[in-house]
Amino acid sequence: MGIQDETADSIYTDLDEYAGVDDDRSEWSRFIARWRETFASQWRLLKQDTLVVFGIVTIAFFALVAVLAPYIAPHSPLERQYGDDGVLISQWHEPFWLGGEGGHILGTTAEGYDIFSQLVFGTRPALIVGFAAAVITATFGTMVALVAGYYGGRVDDVLMRLVDIAYGLPLLPTVILMVAYLGPSFFNVIIAVCLLQWRSSARVIRSQVLSLRERPFVQSARVAGASDWRIISRHIAPNVLPLTFLYAAFAIGWGILTEAGVSFLGLGDPSQVSWGTMLQSSHTYNAMSHGVWWWFVPPGICIALVVISGFLIGRGYEEITNPKLRRRN
Amino acid sequence: MGKTEFAIRRTFQLVLTLWAVGTLLFVIFRLMPGDPTSYILSPGMDAEARQAIVEDFGLNAPVHEQYISFLTNAVVLDFGRSFHTSEPVQDVLFRLIPNTLVLMLAAFVMAYGIGIVLGVFVGANRGTRFEKGGIVLALVQRSMPTFWVGILVLWIFGAWLGVIPMSGMRSAGESPESFLHMVASLDFFWHLIAPAACLAFYSMGYPLLLMRNSMLEILGEEFIDVCEAKGLKRRTVLFKHAARNAFLPIVTAAAVSLGFAVGGSVLIETVFGWPGLGREMVRAVIRRDFPVAQGAFVMLAGLVITMNFVADLAYGYLDPRVTYD
Repeated sequence: MGIQDETADSIYTDLDEYAGVDDDRSEWSRFIARWRETFASQWRLLKQDTLVVFGIVTIAFFALVAVLAPYIAPHSPLERQYGDDGVLISQWHEPFWLGGEGGHILGTTAEGYDIFSQLVFGTRPALIVGFAAAVITATFGTMVALVAGYYGGRVDDVLMRLVDIAYGLPLLPTVILMVAYLGPSFFNVIIAVCLLQWRSSARVIRSQVLSLRERPFVQSARVAGASDWRIISRHIAPNVLPLTFLYAAFAIGWGILTEAGVSFLGLGDPSQVSWGTMLQSSHTYNAMSHGVWWWFVPPGICIALVVISGFLIGRGYEEITNPKLRRRN
Repeated sequence: MGKTEFAIRRTFQLVLTLWAVGTLLFVIFRLMPGDPTSYILSPGMDAEARQAIVEDFGLNAPVHEQYISFLTNAVVLDFGRSFHTSEPVQDVLFRLIPNTLVLMLAAFVMAYGIGIVLGVFVGANRGTRFEKGGIVLALVQRSMPTFWVGILVLWIFGAWLGVIPMSGMRSAGESPESFLHMVASLDFFWHLIAPAACLAFYSMGYPLLLMRNSMLEILGEEFIDVCEAKGLKRRTVLFKHAARNAFLPIVTAAAVSLGFAVGGSVLIETVFGWPGLGREMVRAVIRRDFPVAQGAFVMLAGLVITMNFVADLAYGYLDPRVTYD
């Protein structure tokens, strides 16, 4: 029992070595406990920085809005509104606090859609793209990095040439082309973003794996007869986890920005309201010439808020993974 | 590995990457749902006309022949004719590339000029509120969608204050004799300033943060202490001694990001109606004019790949401490 107490604050402890020694927990509950500790220690480090806390709170707020969208939004986002005279709105209405009729919180678009409702429902695609991009790119990038870095040699060569090729593709034009060919669906935008975003995490994490591979604790695990899978999953992967989180946090921002850009260019999913499509239609209707700022200002603010939250969380992780930055600050 | 060997290896890699991008394009083109001919041919055409067009575009050849002819044509930048206007794609591209390059270069000079100077000050004032502000500013710049910033600029400066034009590259009625005449005109500058500033606003954060990190490294070195001990003015120490040494990472980053700025210019060109390569690519994709879309994409990707290549080579020549292994 004493041994476990001493090592419990480290995520890198190989608890399995003590399986059955004074421990009647099942394999599963130990697995869960280990991960809970990992996240708890990450959280302890993160919450020291107010900017990181701001980022986490903002994303949590938008996540809540996305989940509760049907209860918050007064109208359906693609339901044309009737004016006070009972006729379909065919020109934008001002917000009610600017004297607009109909009591719309942020007025209506030129097609007569309620802007506030569109804004609320727009959180859904944004967050889905953001999190899908984060999870897929971070997972895929880390797996490529682990395999390339650990096995080295030809495997490494082939995988890294793939990364080089991915680096040769300009992000937005490639996504545009893929979405154009695969069809403008929401799912295809996510695929296209992920196909390009894993490259940076793969490259950086691989170099970390290369150095970890030569460390004494990995060497001794190998001498002790641990299998490749065991060394990768138990000894190397936990050590690159903060880097994985870092790239996941950055990927949220890139995913959302790319989706918004693609939608703005008119290549997004036509059946879905997103912040990008809102900006697209306001641009198409030349809302800026008419000064209809309540149409195009709010979606941009929402995008910027979510994206900067991802970047702030990522920066927080950067300072954790790179103590040099922390000391200097 | 010596410098020459590295250069040769890197050149092979360049060719490999270009080939892979070309192949990817070809595969995507083949993956496209439905018969590729159905996009070009209108249903009203009779069988003979159809056949003539299919042969004209080489769409009836076996796949491997199409692949080889696609690659060989791409090498000499021959992407066929536009489905839409029948104009050779090459002509379309060469007409638009200068416009995009001028816009990018203007934005690039602004972004790196301002970004580097700000980065020096932010790095020199570590631990202060000014530093934190600078970092947050850089992150805010990166987080705001470029096209949204463009919309805001059009709203405030274009519609409200009326000091910039709402779209385009030159005023109606202006017909300059040549590209150079146009670029040199005041009217062109008036149209250029807003899109270039928006693009610069977005790209500025990167050199700022990079210069700051680099300055932090350099300012910790002993020769800076010597400079200060000599009683040099702070500005002299910062710009003549520290910044020049901290400059190196910026040079290579600049080459890479110049390539990537091309991608970002797609959005800015669309917002400001700038007749460039990126906007043309989007329009071609929307009207399913695949030869033009492919050609524009190859140009954009080619620029990114070349700039990466230049950056890698330049690094070795600029920093004698670099070893290749």
